[in-house]
Amino acid sequence: MNTTFMTTPQPELNWELPARGRTAMFCLIAAESAIFTIFVVAYLFYIGKSLTGPMPKDVLTAPIFYTICLLSSSLTIHLAVSALRRGNIGTFGTWWLGTLALGAAFLYGTANEWHRLIYVDGLTINTNLFGTTYYSLVGLHGFHVIVGLLCLSIVMVFTLLGSVKREHVERAEVLSLYWHFVDAVWVVVFTVVYVIGH
Amino acid sequence: MGDKNSTNWRTRFAVQVIVLLFLPVAAPAVPADPSFSPTNIFAPVSTPAHSIFGLSLFALAVTASIFVIVFSLLVYCVVRFARRADDDGREPPQVYGSNQVELAWTVIPILIVVVLFMATARVIASIQKAARPANAIQVIAIGHQFWWEYRYPGLKVVTANELHVPVSDPAHPTPTFITLLSADTDHSFWVPRLAGKTDLIPNHPNTMWFDPQQTGLYLGQCAQYCGTQHAKMLLRVYVQSGDEFNRWIEEQTQPAHASPAVSEGQRIFETTACINCHAVAGTAANGLFGPDLTHLMSRETIASGAAPNTPESLKLWIQNPDAIKPGSKMPAMGLSDHELDAVTAYLATLR
Amino acid sequence: MSTDAISTLRVEMPSRPLVAKLHEWVTTVDHKRLGILYIAYALVFLVIGGIEAAIMRIQLIRPHYNFVSPGLFNQMFTMHGTTMIFFVVMPLLFGFANYLIPLMIGARDMAFPRLNAFSFWLTAFGGIFLYFSFLGANGLYGAGSAPDVGWFAYAPLTSQTFSPGHSTDFWTLSLLVSGFGSIGTAINIIATVLCMRCPGMTLGKMPLLVWLNLVMAVLVILAISPLTAAQVMLLVDRYLGGHFFDTQAGGSAVIWMHFFWIFGHPEVYVLVLPAFAFISEIVPVFSRKAIFGYPAMVAAAVCIAFIGMSVWAHHMFTIGMNSNANTFFVLTTMAIAVPTGIKIFNWLATMWGGKIHFKTPMLFAIGFLFQFLIAGLTGIMLGVAPFNWHLGNSYFVVAHFHYVIVGGILFATFGAFYYWFPKMSGKMYSEALGRLHFWLFVIGFHLTFDFMHIPGLLGMPRRIYTYEPGRGWDTWNLIVTIGVFFQAAGILVFAGNLLRSYFRGKTAGSDPWDAWTLEWSTSSPPPEWNFAVVPVVKSRRPLWDLKHPSDPDWKYE
Repeated sequence: MNTTFMTTPQPELNWELPARGRTAMFCLIAAESAIFTIFVVAYLFYIGKSLTGPMPKDVLTAPIFYTICLLSSSLTIHLAVSALRRGNIGTFGTWWLGTLALGAAFLYGTANEWHRLIYVDGLTINTNLFGTTYYSLVGLHGFHVIVGLLCLSIVMVFTLLGSVKREHVERAEVLSLYWHFVDAVWVVVFTVVYVIGH
Repeated sequence: MGDKNSTNWRTRFAVQVIVLLFLPVAAPAVPADPSFSPTNIFAPVSTPAHSIFGLSLFALAVTASIFVIVFSLLVYCVVRFARRADDDGREPPQVYGSNQVELAWTVIPILIVVVLFMATARVIASIQKAARPANAIQVIAIGHQFWWEYRYPGLKVVTANELHVPVSDPAHPTPTFITLLSADTDHSFWVPRLAGKTDLIPNHPNTMWFDPQQTGLYLGQCAQYCGTQHAKMLLRVYVQSGDEFNRWIEEQTQPAHASPAVSEGQRIFETTACINCHAVAGTAANGLFGPDLTHLMSRETIASGAAPNTPESLKLWIQNPDAIKPGSKMPAMGLSDHELDAVTAYLATLR
Repeated sequence: MSTDAISTLRVEMPSRPLVAKLHEWVTTVDHKRLGILYIAYALVFLVIGGIEAAIMRIQLIRPHYNFVSPGLFNQMFTMHGTTMIFFVVMPLLFGFANYLIPLMIGARDMAFPRLNAFSFWLTAFGGIFLYFSFLGANGLYGAGSAPDVGWFAYAPLTSQTFSPGHSTDFWTLSLLVSGFGSIGTAINIIATVLCMRCPGMTLGKMPLLVWLNLVMAVLVILAISPLTAAQVMLLVDRYLGGHFFDTQAGGSAVIWMHFFWIFGHPEVYVLVLPAFAFISEIVPVFSRKAIFGYPAMVAAAVCIAFIGMSVWAHHMFTIGMNSNANTFFVLTTMAIAVPTGIKIFNWLATMWGGKIHFKTPMLFAIGFLFQFLIAGLTGIMLGVAPFNWHLGNSYFVVAHFHYVIVGGILFATFGAFYYWFPKMSGKMYSEALGRLHFWLFVIGFHLTFDFMHIPGLLGMPRRIYTYEPGRGWDTWNLIVTIGVFFQAAGILVFAGNLLRSYFRGKTAGSDPWDAWTLEWSTSSPPPEWNFAVVPVVKSRRPLWDLKHPSDPDWKYE
């Protein structure tokens, strides 16, 4: 029965549909955005409502340097993917490693900040509303950075082993979409925590 | 795809459906007679309840009309366009749509929605934005697991579970305004004949009001799941004439009457853990976790309506609360029979 | 039917041992098998959830009855609601979506078969984990067992203070896990529909079932995520000492409600859109007419999804929002009635001028139309906020949403079962047993849920394990409980019909209903690869075009 569908071949039928991987990644980004939105709403709602304890303006300093690191990593990953599209595996590997390093630097910065907040300023997740919402929101973002770095590391290992080829550029691009999303979320989190909430 | 589709069968089917349908639809039209149900939302005695009643009749009229029209169309389709037994098997004319018809059945519902919305907005405003007059009775209701605490700050009354309010004359209204708070989880105050329900949420004070125009006892219960004994957090609102209400206030502001005859019971009460939770004005008992017992005997029920206020049930409640309200926060006090009698006798003097 | 011989090109394999067959099913990534796994899983939980309902109804048959303890009753309504929504209706709908979408768009499988399998097993694990709570939830205070906080788990009842032990955590974690499964399935559906349609099938030529599931999947992505976020916050509160919903520390109980209902309301559209999908496939075929107003049906579905994201606080009319907020949510709630009504009119217009065949799928579809109409109208009543101040949190609401979910969604799903059972099994079901199921269930449904509205109107709140005599609720509760037994009988007949027909039914052939969408062009059941040659289509009803070459759809669309 299905064979009778094919009447004469229709060369004029240009049938191009979006790529599965990219579509799925956009959907994942949409879902994650919804999750982050709820945490951002909670953060905004609770600004100024803590009954006790350290307040944002007492203990927060904007991590400008580490933010620049993270946002630059979007540029480096973009350059990496462009290099791979041209077939230049070596350049790809370099920029990819740069992305990893910048992401790791950002994580180091967060860890440093949290260490100071906990041991010097006495702000933990159960101190007050600020503590709860701050660690949850920044922590959720940090978790996504860690997951991203893990994926980037796996690709790094494959690159070093020589398995990554030009035809894998679409997969690298899908991963880079995730990474760009993580950076975009940081822009929002930074604005909400260090600018609006300060 | 052949099947039996005689006119008889179709007509019988249609009639059965119509009968099945109208049965429950007719039921709510059944009495707004209070003896039918003391919690009937269609028997309002207070302004907010009346406003809601009027709006609900309008909403019912609109929805019932829509139902009659659409249901009739459905029945007509099912009857008229059933495949006949003598069908020739040809497909009927294919109709893919009609701009005019589709526009019509988009615009008309929008108009209905606009009208219903405006009627609703008006009632919302009239109830929620009602100003509190100077002579309003002010009550603070605090929801607990599983009882109601009432304070009349202006009148210096603290009581529990049975709310007394004065009747309101429509010409010179004396409404009662209640601030709703909670000591633990979410609750909801619902006495249908007086007003719609409003929740009691910790850290989120709410306000409601009513002005009952007929004296009597009005019933309700907690309407937001609050834990194990949510079902027995009952409401009793006594609407009294001005004189009776004033007399009640007068009695409630008295401290407890001391009496040597029940001093043993009072001693047991004050040295066992009772006073950790309960207060009796004018004595050492000033616990806040449980209901104020200063005028326990002025109430008709105990355990927030779960049992009548008789010596037997009072004794059972103290001995084994789980027998009446399993899961309530009142612990079994482990008193001996003699101690139970003494304490009950003492409580019986708290008028 | 020589075409069947071509389509059923299969190699007959020697009979394999049971273990091998089970292993095949457990490791399958074939969308058809996963679809059947979802549906079978859901049917098991339908019975379990039904037993929980029966227990509650028996407890409520008289005032002050003592069939079960208050604690157990509270667990019953929590588990019944959670089970029915997350482990019955959603898996049923995902199952049908999984089975049908690739077949209807001329694809060989979903976009990500392994993600598909992973999502199913996540969901399955979530349900089993939830039920393990009956055995293993004892925590520090020896308290705990199955969760008893209600399916919407309001704060602060769910805090450690008021829910010690682990019962609440079983609720949270099981839904968190199955939520990831749902999001995975939603991503799969979107990627499949957008990226794998056969040549010629533009978005405007997809069957409505595919459209409606696409919109549903978008809603899942936008709606389940807020629940995930809220549940993570609850876990932070319960185990890390957080204060998201800690009213003693200045936190808000209301914000849980907002987060939950931002999930909870779109969730009901997640449940109902696939039901609309079934009706949109069944009504045209059994009226012998194309669906009336296809573009409007698509637009209405998108509108419903869109507006549906803005109505959530109509579940919160009683919590004390100010009059502006209440008024806003009244407006959006009433607005959503417009596209919903349009759909009902379009279905009626499809039947109009047709030749209706009253087979079992169509009986259930007609039941759906009647009952969904009523459910929508009681929904409008509930949208009138001051009326809601009485009806909210009462048995009127319980009656309303059961009218939608049982009278609407479950009826549509039964219709789908009978419609596609021949395709999935290759056998015809018994029409007589199908009718018996229908009538038993209709009688039981109406006995229970029509009369359930009345106690609500007479002041009976929900979630109470018993009630006082003398409030005028007794007789109605008795009638409501009696209806349960008719429904149970209907389910037994249904299960019996499925089993008997699977083993002893007549061969169905590839197209027993003379229908028009691509799944009917394959054998029954379809081969593993669905289509030997990828079809090319020119209209919304490719098989109509083939059967009516002088009068094809693409001339009129």
